[in-house]
Amino acid sequence: MPVQVQGEVLSIRRIGAYHAMTVVAPGMAELTRPGHFVAVQVGGRESSMLLRRAFAIYDVKERGVYGGTVEFIFSVHGKGTAWLAERRPQDKLDLVGPLGKPFRLPADPVNATLVGGGYGSAPLLPLATMLRDRGCKVGFVLGAGSADRLFGQLDAKRIATTIEVTTDDGSAGRQGRVSDVLPELLDRTASDVVYACGPMAMLRAVTAISSERGIPCQVAVEESMACGIGVCMTCVLPVVGDDGLTRMVRSCVEGPVFLGDRVRWDDVGTVPEDVVGSITAQAAH
Amino acid sequence: MSLRPDTKTELTVRRSDEVFRRPDVDLTTKLGSVTFPNPVFTASGCAAAGQELDQFFDISELGGVVTKSIMLNARSGRPTPRMAETPSGMLNSIGLQGPGIDAFLEKDLAWLAQRGARAVVSIAGGSVDDYAKLATKLRGQKGLAMIEVNISCPNVEDRGQVFACDPMASASVIQAVKRSAPSGVPVFAKLSPDVTDITAIAEACVGAGADGLSLINTLLGMVIDTDTMRPALGGVTGGLSGPAIRPVAVRCVWQVRQALPDVPILGMGGIRTGLDALEFILAGANAVSVGTTVFGDPSAPIRVLDELAVALAERGFGSVAEAVGLAHRPPLVHVPEEPDPVGDSEPEPRRPPTFEEEA
Repeated sequence: MPVQVQGEVLSIRRIGAYHAMTVVAPGMAELTRPGHFVAVQVGGRESSMLLRRAFAIYDVKERGVYGGTVEFIFSVHGKGTAWLAERRPQDKLDLVGPLGKPFRLPADPVNATLVGGGYGSAPLLPLATMLRDRGCKVGFVLGAGSADRLFGQLDAKRIATTIEVTTDDGSAGRQGRVSDVLPELLDRTASDVVYACGPMAMLRAVTAISSERGIPCQVAVEESMACGIGVCMTCVLPVVGDDGLTRMVRSCVEGPVFLGDRVRWDDVGTVPEDVVGSITAQAAH
Repeated sequence: MSLRPDTKTELTVRRSDEVFRRPDVDLTTKLGSVTFPNPVFTASGCAAAGQELDQFFDISELGGVVTKSIMLNARSGRPTPRMAETPSGMLNSIGLQGPGIDAFLEKDLAWLAQRGARAVVSIAGGSVDDYAKLATKLRGQKGLAMIEVNISCPNVEDRGQVFACDPMASASVIQAVKRSAPSGVPVFAKLSPDVTDITAIAEACVGAGADGLSLINTLLGMVIDTDTMRPALGGVTGGLSGPAIRPVAVRCVWQVRQALPDVPILGMGGIRTGLDALEFILAGANAVSVGTTVFGDPSAPIRVLDELAVALAERGFGSVAEAVGLAHRPPLVHVPEEPDPVGDSEPEPRRPPTFEEEA
């Protein structure tokens, strides 16, 4: 169950092209699992920006010197994140979290491959630690446009038994995409599960590669959302349910983590004709 | 009752503040035949059916929970992107995604009833007959306090013309709903501001039997993405909501209150604070809905209620009812003081001021 707290910025630092912000947010850390996200109010109480900005939670500390903290990674995209980047320690920040459904962990010690695109690796790092602590072997694939857009490479190297890095421009690791190196890594490490977070196109490619090998793949999707708590219905995407029927589901409460092969990647951004309650289907009746 | 119109209090009521006690103001308000414990409601489409917000505060503490407009059948809505943030507002194009009335009654309304909340069920249809069927389904339902009729829907039987933009079409829907709805449950028509004269639609709805009016629905708007150079929303146009539309909403409430002094009004449009709520009440609303603000602040409805109680108390009101429509009273006329009748002397000619010599 999420909480809404008036938090206080503890620290903000630059990591390559990104910002890492740690906020004292009592009551949130103990509820957080890898894959959960936090929704942050931007611009203050009288802001003309009404909607929260959602970020995957990177790190939590249940008992810091100042109380429980949550840390998230963001990149400046617009006015909201620009405002956030200007916050300084002791500034107040209204947070709602933890939100969404986290990654599901395997019951047995298995071989896991974690694929992160850009700062999509943020929620995968605490997941990797948790998997390793359960006796899983963890392999990482990190990809980004350029070296400064890779996140968590050092942490990943520390946790993982195998790591591959790709960049579009070749400024770090191998030039190319994560999908160029993933098949070989999955085969070499005899992976049993795949976890991925990053841009939708990457998640789609990772799902396809995993599915070809019959490896279950969990993906944390990125959809623009207004509320993050399940009331606004803006962050929907077509997902196949246990009953085989496709529904437009909310990525904030039913996700952000989905089984990759349940997401109808080709139809994201559309309402497929065979979806439950399709307007096209009703017009035909 | 003393009015202190110059009161300007910064409201900083916080739910986390354990010592906060709502001032002793009679917050009850009557909408048609039903008396609600307070005048702060959620807004349709901004609170789903209450369960999500109940994680942040006790939903039954609100005057009522206005549920997302429900249609006869399950509906998948429009493609994404469904949302665009705008200055002090947002544009949405959801397309009334929902589970259909049967699943809604079984799961959502049942939950609200069990929770002890007063449900205001918003219904939407594509034809007069749809609305009548929906109203019939609501007969005998526990937890149902009121019906809000969302008439800002295209009429499939009239080339997609929106009901709320035509007095006759609006009246037909309201008449059909009143015939089928359970007795003793007020029926409110929710009006669109996208009309030339909102009072004409209001009068048509009341003439057709509406027990009250909800003012206002979103305004039709559009955003173009300057990177893709295409409309930002999948549905091209969308409904504008949030504080950006508040002055429009207050104007609509004012005009309708003036035209129909005795008809209950549920006011909404960009309410963010208790003072915003008070503004609607002074314009003539008997109760208010907190909508888009919830997306950025899930505990907003209960905060607005607390702030409203404080604002009323600070102005010397003993009840909400005393404040309803008060802005319509004639302005206080400032009468210049008569010259002192005693004494016949001419006023002394004013002497020009003298200044010190420059050093």
